[in-house]
Amino acid sequence: MTRIYEKLVEKLFLFSASISALFTILILGFMVILGLPLLKGGLFFDLLTQPWSPHQGLYGIYPMVLGTLAIAFLGVLFGFPLSLGCASLISGLGPRPVSHFLLRVVQFMTGVPTVIYGFVGIFLLVPFIRELFQAGSGMCVLSASLLLAVLISPTMILFFTDSFDQVPKSYLNAVDSLGGSGVQKFVYIVLPCAWKGILTGLILGIGRALGDTLIALMIAGNAVQVPGSVLDSARALTSHIALVIAADYESLEFKSIFACGIVLYIFTTVIVMGIRVLGTAGGRSRF
Amino acid sequence: MNRLFEKCLLGWAWVSALVLIGSIACIVGYLLIRGFGTLNPALIFGDTKPMDALLLKKQVFDGLFPAIIGTLLLVVLSVVWAIPVGLAGGIYLAEYAGKRVKRTLNLFFDILAGVPSIVVGLFGFSVAIFLHKHFSDNVYPCLLISSLSLALLVLPYIVRTTQVSLENLSAETRFTAPALGATKLQNIFYVLIPKSLSGIVSGVILAIGRCAEDTAVIMLTGVVATAGVPKSIFSNYEALPFYIYYISAQYADTQELLTGYGAAIILLALCAILFSCAFVIRKQLAYYAFYRA
Repeated sequence: MTRIYEKLVEKLFLFSASISALFTILILGFMVILGLPLLKGGLFFDLLTQPWSPHQGLYGIYPMVLGTLAIAFLGVLFGFPLSLGCASLISGLGPRPVSHFLLRVVQFMTGVPTVIYGFVGIFLLVPFIRELFQAGSGMCVLSASLLLAVLISPTMILFFTDSFDQVPKSYLNAVDSLGGSGVQKFVYIVLPCAWKGILTGLILGIGRALGDTLIALMIAGNAVQVPGSVLDSARALTSHIALVIAADYESLEFKSIFACGIVLYIFTTVIVMGIRVLGTAGGRSRF
Repeated sequence: MNRLFEKCLLGWAWVSALVLIGSIACIVGYLLIRGFGTLNPALIFGDTKPMDALLLKKQVFDGLFPAIIGTLLLVVLSVVWAIPVGLAGGIYLAEYAGKRVKRTLNLFFDILAGVPSIVVGLFGFSVAIFLHKHFSDNVYPCLLISSLSLALLVLPYIVRTTQVSLENLSAETRFTAPALGATKLQNIFYVLIPKSLSGIVSGVILAIGRCAEDTAVIMLTGVVATAGVPKSIFSNYEALPFYIYYISAQYADTQELLTGYGAAIILLALCAILFSCAFVIRKQLAYYAFYRA
């Protein structure tokens, strides 16, 4: 009796696990099926390179792909050095009270809703950028990526500090006994030992930047165009999905959002694979 | 030369810390300064008497009450869907799965955790269209669809935190009960889960926070700007994060904008409270498990 019960519960656990995993495939499946008319006959690659002009029957998502990449790339470009600096201060370089306080702030920041960053961004950052550069409305790639940097930094900082803390204590003690300074310890021991963690954190940050919807939607201005400068307005893949939703369900314009979804899904898969490859490619190769 | 380089590096670390703290201080400070004046009962209940609104006797038209109720319902429903499946999945991964199954399932959960929330919302939306076309004309994006999509969004977090906190238990804890003759299931329910409860609970609370703050999923699956308190799980609803987004794009006058600030403060406070709960529980329960038991 008990044994049947045990088996039954195990099957139930297995069922839950597989159902949850199945949804990962279902999400892709639904997008492919619903976007099918646009994907037939190798059209998917045309979509990626065509411009967006619904009046001429062109539903390419090239501007959106570039918009997403531009905003995410700049966001990571601003966010990465910032995160590395903060993480180094938290794990070693700063005095204890400071690093403790900074860690608390960073942990708090991971809990701040994205929509609040966007909301304050519209009324604080956008006018500031507009006045500073005297160009356009201030809703541009630059504003979005600055705010995105603040949004993704906590994720990266927490990941970096974790990987810094895993550097063996004996290495650090060795530097201390040789009379090395805190900065020397960080540059010559911690960074080379933790490079893999840093890279993984960076990739995680890129993933968050690519997938973020609200910042791009609220701050980047959403004009369908290939951004020529950082002060141009742009539309991200995620914002495109959020904006086209009201249109007619059968129209090709509506179908194009599934192409956006598939591209985002592919980005995610590539990033997850990258992190896994980093994680399994043999321990600390430098030491 | 090297000295200078080291000095610069240290300077950089301090500057980046100041920039980060400065920017979050600006964001929270600006919100509080602008919105603090709006924090009063009228912000939530409008002209309706609070008691009437709470007992659902009267509709609240110019307050945040429907949005707050909508967010609460959404969070409760999503967590109700996600917790049983997530816990069971996590237990399976940690205690039953063989090496290869585990690798495969881990990959799936990693991808699911990484899928942008707007794509999860798109999935919920497409399921609604699919059901509408093939089964019943009465299916529209609604509270039910939203909560199911949100559950899907937070599922990997719950699976992962359950799995990790079970796997982190020491071998001593893990093998004592079986050595005394307990079955695998008894071991899981009477020893392993109670011992890893702090990790599991803080994971669940973080999932609740994620449900409360997410905007991208719900904006595709049935949230609207004005709906009142939802009558059933098949109706449209309002929610705080969407209200904030909506106000930022469509506010008509200063009064509406101020309500937006008020909503943002309430949402921020809600998330901060949930977050500190998760934090305290993790610390407190760890303390309890290690020093009292």
